[in-house]
Amino acid sequence: MTSSPPLLEVSDLVKHFPVRSNPLAAFWPGASPRVVHAVDGVSFTIESGETLGLVGESGCGKTTTGRLVLRAIDPTSGRIAFEGQDITALPARRLLPFRRKVQIVFQDPYSSLNPRLTVGRAVAEPIRVHRIAEGARAAARVRELLDMVGLSTEYLHRYPHELSGGQRQRVGIARALAAGPRLVVADEAVSALDVSVRAQILNLLVDLRERLGLAYLFVSHDLGVIRFVSHRVAVMYLGKLVEVAPTAELFKQPRHPYTQALLAAIPTVGDGATSIFDDPTRLLEGELPNPIDLPRGCRFASRCPHRMSRCDEVEPALREPAPAHAVACHLYP
Amino acid sequence: MAEPLSADDRPLTAGDPGAGAAGAEVPAAARGGLRRGWRRFRRNPGAVFGLAVFLVIVAMAVLAPVLAPYDPIAQGVGKPFERPSTAHWAGTDSFGRDIMSRIIYGARVALVVGIVAVLLAMIIGVTLGLISGYYGGIVDTVIMRIMDGLFAFPIIILAIAMMAVMGFGVRNVIVAVAVGFIAPFARVTRGDVLAVKEEPYIEAARLAGVGSLAIIFRHVLPNVLAPIIVQGALRVSGAIITESGLSFLGLGPPPPTPAWGRMIAEGQSFIVMAPHVSTIPGIALMLAIVALNLLGDGVRDTLDPRMRR
Amino acid sequence: MIGSDPVLDVRKLIVEFSSEDGPVRAVDEVSFQVRRGEIVGLVGESGAGKSLTSEALLGLIRRPPGRVAGEVWFGGRDLLTLDEAALSRIRGKDIAMIFQNPTASLNPVFRVGDQMLEAMSLHLPEPRRVLRERVIETLGRVGISSPRARARDYPHQFSGGMAQRVMIGMGISCVPSLLIADEPTTALDVTIQAQVLALIRRLARELGVAVLLVSHDLGIISQMCHRVLVMYAGRVVEDATVGALFRAPAHPYTRGLIECLPRLEGDGRLGAIGGMMPGLRSLPPGCRFHPRCPVAEPRCRVDAPLLRSIAADREVACHLAETS
Repeated sequence: MTSSPPLLEVSDLVKHFPVRSNPLAAFWPGASPRVVHAVDGVSFTIESGETLGLVGESGCGKTTTGRLVLRAIDPTSGRIAFEGQDITALPARRLLPFRRKVQIVFQDPYSSLNPRLTVGRAVAEPIRVHRIAEGARAAARVRELLDMVGLSTEYLHRYPHELSGGQRQRVGIARALAAGPRLVVADEAVSALDVSVRAQILNLLVDLRERLGLAYLFVSHDLGVIRFVSHRVAVMYLGKLVEVAPTAELFKQPRHPYTQALLAAIPTVGDGATSIFDDPTRLLEGELPNPIDLPRGCRFASRCPHRMSRCDEVEPALREPAPAHAVACHLYP
Repeated sequence: MAEPLSADDRPLTAGDPGAGAAGAEVPAAARGGLRRGWRRFRRNPGAVFGLAVFLVIVAMAVLAPVLAPYDPIAQGVGKPFERPSTAHWAGTDSFGRDIMSRIIYGARVALVVGIVAVLLAMIIGVTLGLISGYYGGIVDTVIMRIMDGLFAFPIIILAIAMMAVMGFGVRNVIVAVAVGFIAPFARVTRGDVLAVKEEPYIEAARLAGVGSLAIIFRHVLPNVLAPIIVQGALRVSGAIITESGLSFLGLGPPPPTPAWGRMIAEGQSFIVMAPHVSTIPGIALMLAIVALNLLGDGVRDTLDPRMRR
Repeated sequence: MIGSDPVLDVRKLIVEFSSEDGPVRAVDEVSFQVRRGEIVGLVGESGAGKSLTSEALLGLIRRPPGRVAGEVWFGGRDLLTLDEAALSRIRGKDIAMIFQNPTASLNPVFRVGDQMLEAMSLHLPEPRRVLRERVIETLGRVGISSPRARARDYPHQFSGGMAQRVMIGMGISCVPSLLIADEPTTALDVTIQAQVLALIRRLARELGVAVLLVSHDLGIISQMCHRVLVMYAGRVVEDATVGALFRAPAHPYTRGLIECLPRLEGDGRLGAIGGMMPGLRSLPPGCRFHPRCPVAEPRCRVDAPLLRSIAADREVACHLAETS
């Protein structure tokens, strides 16, 4: 098949956060240290130019996964390879070339920009840091970037507090693109925006992808957004991937019961005659189990309408019942 | 007057810009900020009074040679212990020196010591706070424990101890006073640094490859500066009190340099016979302190809603 | 199922704030009714004035600096004329309100059951013994398992969804006739949101509670509400039943909003509305939406359209909708 390695390859990524409960617990015999299993063995790849949507509810580990991919936090175990190079354990000073190629767009437009820096200087910073251009050439590049995200040059000297949420997000995108990355991690990048602005920014992200050949790791809880922007979708639940498939396939034929429940719970625009909220069969009962004390078998078993005895004993592995469509569920052995 | 709130509780900015590419009106928010700040400040009577008195003191200090009716160290320009009169507005002291002129020149010492000491303390304290807050860990612990030690001393005791070691002179007074104020600046800075450190734009800078030092001075420092400046304004009065205390005890700038604290001390023995010798410099000192405190409060109140972002 | 007389009748509600540039109207002559068992939705983006509207109904706007005018008829009285004492007797008893962040409304140092008991004993005459049982019964009714044990838990032991159910429980414990829910599920996950919204639907259906649901999410509005009012820059631009609105939106803004939604089928670019909602201090002349409107005409720049009836049970504030 293809000889070049995928742009990003993540293997068995694990991140456990220690829980500092009772300090005396360290001396208690037999007690194992308690950890939050934020990410518990996640593997996926992203090809050049591809958008992988990472979706799940709060606590599923999608944000942590995004941070791990960026090497913003260090994994407990596992392997991250970018452009074929293992970057899992690279020390900070050797990460600089990597930092140029992988960037982030944050969720909150109001706190992702330094309030004391003008737009121009914020966007110029990565250019300076990576010594891409100097002086006039750098200024030209900044103008070019602002133009790419739909901001006129009069925004160069504005401060973030003078801009709206949508405009700030555009600045954040320009800043992310300044060093010429190949992969952008979008961490709930449109969740904090109003509906009409959200649509503008999503259109922009898609345009930029076409123009610049960017790959995205698009983290979101909003399935509608994920559907619009992703080529492939990965669904997470409590630190594990439960289903990975091409977008159209996932939405047409969701296999994992959790994916099915997620899709059923989304209030899409209806006709007003019936309400999905009147249909008890669509609703998922129960709450998420504690991410510290996980059940032994499948993590979704406690809420799954198709629960079998095997589900409480053995954790299902990610398998492919159909080509390119992976599911971790005993219904698909 | 409270600013009107939009439905999601964010203050409305004047002239919200229009669409990105569609061009926008230049918002007045930038210029309006300063003007609106002044308007708010203006409405605070205490702050305005404080500012007025402060400006008078500055004028006295700067224009002392012009304003002072007599040479402040010249003895015998009047009879000793003259009551306040048209010739000598504040009377004369035991050496026949004109008290008014001495008060005017005394403002120099007060201001120079007050402001320079605070600036010095600010530079050192803020740097320590930045390092402590940003790096955390053992560095933070060590620095903060040293600061705790400094905190334990009343400033005046600390200053006396330092003067005893260093000797007299205005420069040493400044250093002694400054040392007492390093710890508060370090504490305040560290606290704000801890908060700012968690903001996404700091992480963005780190992920862009910006180095630690650059992050501290380019991203963290400008965003913690506002409360520090307010602290500085409020501390100047404390510095002046400390200096006056030192000179009252005879540890301030050596005679014959006029210093309000020493003037008060000099009139102690004659308090019954010629109360004006101690009292009038005392009133001057009191006015200065009250005014500076009101000014500092006014600055803080003006800046506060902005700081609460 | 849905009663005929309005439980809540809002007439020309105005909320104004004084600013350095003169008075600013954040809510400009909003009128609507909510009937027994009906769920009415107030939809709009941030800054449209929908939250302020719901806060104004209960006298939660501090005046000064705010100024509230108009009439809010409830239980035979105009709420805007009542003093704080009378309003606090109504709040929590006849009108319940739940907000976006449930844990912020609960006192972290008291047990949940005790807080519910306090709220109920304020409004209900029965002895505490009886009310204690009712607390447990209410918790069960809102779907909290092991209610007797859970009543002794503290707020931090409840997840967001559970806490919101507790708030709903507190709200309905005194059997209110009106429930105002302001973005009740924005902070909740999709599957939990479904549970909470299903609960609200059940309340309206089984207990006949009138519900005013404020949201920016058109999907929720379409699945939850019987009627919907679309707000823009402080004004109502469209008022219709949900079916009519989503089948054939009459106002260009409503149309634009619907097209902005990423659908679960279909392809291509998202329809988007260029620009943004104007700040209340820089409102354009004429129709407030005209700078962003794809079908604006010259008169839209001059004349602000009034809310007019274009069909039975349907009102729009748009010059073009009237003529078509």
